[in-house]
Amino acid sequence: MNNDKWRMPKWFHQMGSPKWFYEFAGPLQLWFALAAFILLSMGIAWGVAFAPADYQQGNSFRILYVHVPAAILSQSVFLAMAVAGAIGLIWKMKVAFMVARSCIAIGASFTAIALITGAIWGKPTWGAYWVWDARLTSTLILLFLYAGVMALNQAITERNTAGKATAILAIVGSINIPIIKYSVEWWNTLHQSSTFSLTQKPSMPAEMYLPLLLTVIGSYCLFAFVLLVRTRNQILQTQTQTSWLQQHPDVTGT
Amino acid sequence: MYFESIGDLIFMAGHGKYVWTCYGVFIVLLGLNLVSAKRQRNKALQHVKALTRRQS
Amino acid sequence: MLGFMMVIIKRDLLLIARQPADFLNPLVFFVLVVAMFPLGVSPESALLSQMAAGVIWVAAMLATLLSLELLFKHDHQDGSLEQLLLAPYPNWSLVLAKVCVHWLVSGLPLILLSPIMAMMLFLPYDAVPALMLSLMLGTPTLSLLGAIGAALVTGVRGGGMLLTLLILPLYVPVIIFGASCVAAAVLGMPISAYLALLAALLIFALMITPWAASAALKL
Repeated sequence: MNNDKWRMPKWFHQMGSPKWFYEFAGPLQLWFALAAFILLSMGIAWGVAFAPADYQQGNSFRILYVHVPAAILSQSVFLAMAVAGAIGLIWKMKVAFMVARSCIAIGASFTAIALITGAIWGKPTWGAYWVWDARLTSTLILLFLYAGVMALNQAITERNTAGKATAILAIVGSINIPIIKYSVEWWNTLHQSSTFSLTQKPSMPAEMYLPLLLTVIGSYCLFAFVLLVRTRNQILQTQTQTSWLQQHPDVTGT
Repeated sequence: MYFESIGDLIFMAGHGKYVWTCYGVFIVLLGLNLVSAKRQRNKALQHVKALTRRQS
Repeated sequence: MLGFMMVIIKRDLLLIARQPADFLNPLVFFVLVVAMFPLGVSPESALLSQMAAGVIWVAAMLATLLSLELLFKHDHQDGSLEQLLLAPYPNWSLVLAKVCVHWLVSGLPLILLSPIMAMMLFLPYDAVPALMLSLMLGTPTLSLLGAIGAALVTGVRGGGMLLTLLILPLYVPVIIFGASCVAAAVLGMPISAYLALLAALLIFALMITPWAASAALKL
């Protein structure tokens, strides 16, 4: 049995039980929601209104505070989706497939945000809304990867098969992401005329860097919240015939 | 605050429209995700409740 | 196991010989797409020769995508795929055999047609060996990665379009290195680095395709 191959801690297998996950995730998601709200509002307010303007880019650099979290999350979420898919395939855990499925929409949203904000940022910085620089191009391809996973998930009607197929695709995609990034960066240096990249990462003074830390962590918390909510929703959708759900206070209204 | 006035905050020396559009995109897209998740939950709960009522 | 693979290869080639249209059409498509560019852009040799490397590579990629859908489709439809998966040989050998056939009827003709395409787009003669070498290393990779997509969409409605959407992001590195290889040859620069990169991609594809495609077929 797979369980004996790698001895996983008890909580790992517990999480595979829909009932356990549903109960466990309930209060946890509220903490993430609260943390997300506080961190994001503080980070945004600080970054927009209180941080000093950048020497070279002026006030447009403030876009950093939403662009960078979106870019970071777009990749992290894809990786999380692949890992969850792999766990589902190896340990045959349906909850893992649900977690993976919950990642798709939010991950694609972060990618779209990174792409749009990156393009808008390009205008005051470089004078054009779209440039084929390495970062933007890689992000565009990542969006295509998300679109592929989304399309495959919707095309396969049987839920379990869809979970397995999207898991395979997510794993293949995530292995390819470093290769794609490397090839795009390499391609870009061939044709590159400008010398500096869109999001410079020079050593930033603390008052510029800290709001970024807040928005990044806040975005992770938001992702965690959405992940838990959507996974619990899928549990609600699939466990309708179980007694634990039918007698659950959420359903009976007690 | 870094800016002298609220007007300055909105205008940002000409960069205001870019910055505020970006923050708008961020909030709107993430907000849509939150709304969609909530609606999915409501629909699922409704469905389970209807099923349980019919079966009991 | 090698015997098993040879049987599959011979069988599939025979099936294709009976219905050649399935694999001739993408080749005609390849030629048509390349021909479209002078018509749509300009017949000026200076402009076309600059674009030639990329256009030929993209057209080759599109033609490959067209023929990929059929990789597993016919066998799936008549039920023989299930039987083949049950055979006492590893499933990945089935996948490799089918990819071999696909390359023989898709990649190889593309490679052979490419000098003519080069001529149509005014690609300098000196660059044609680079073009053929890069295609030789690249088209198997395209077939391999495409097999993963084909396996995932077997039996799914609207599979062809979905397949394209799934596979294109994975093709990006191959296109970049392939087209850059030819472009470098046009400039008279050495191409060994590009060939090495393409070879690395091929090896990578060889490593993950058997696992991924057979896992997807068993769904």
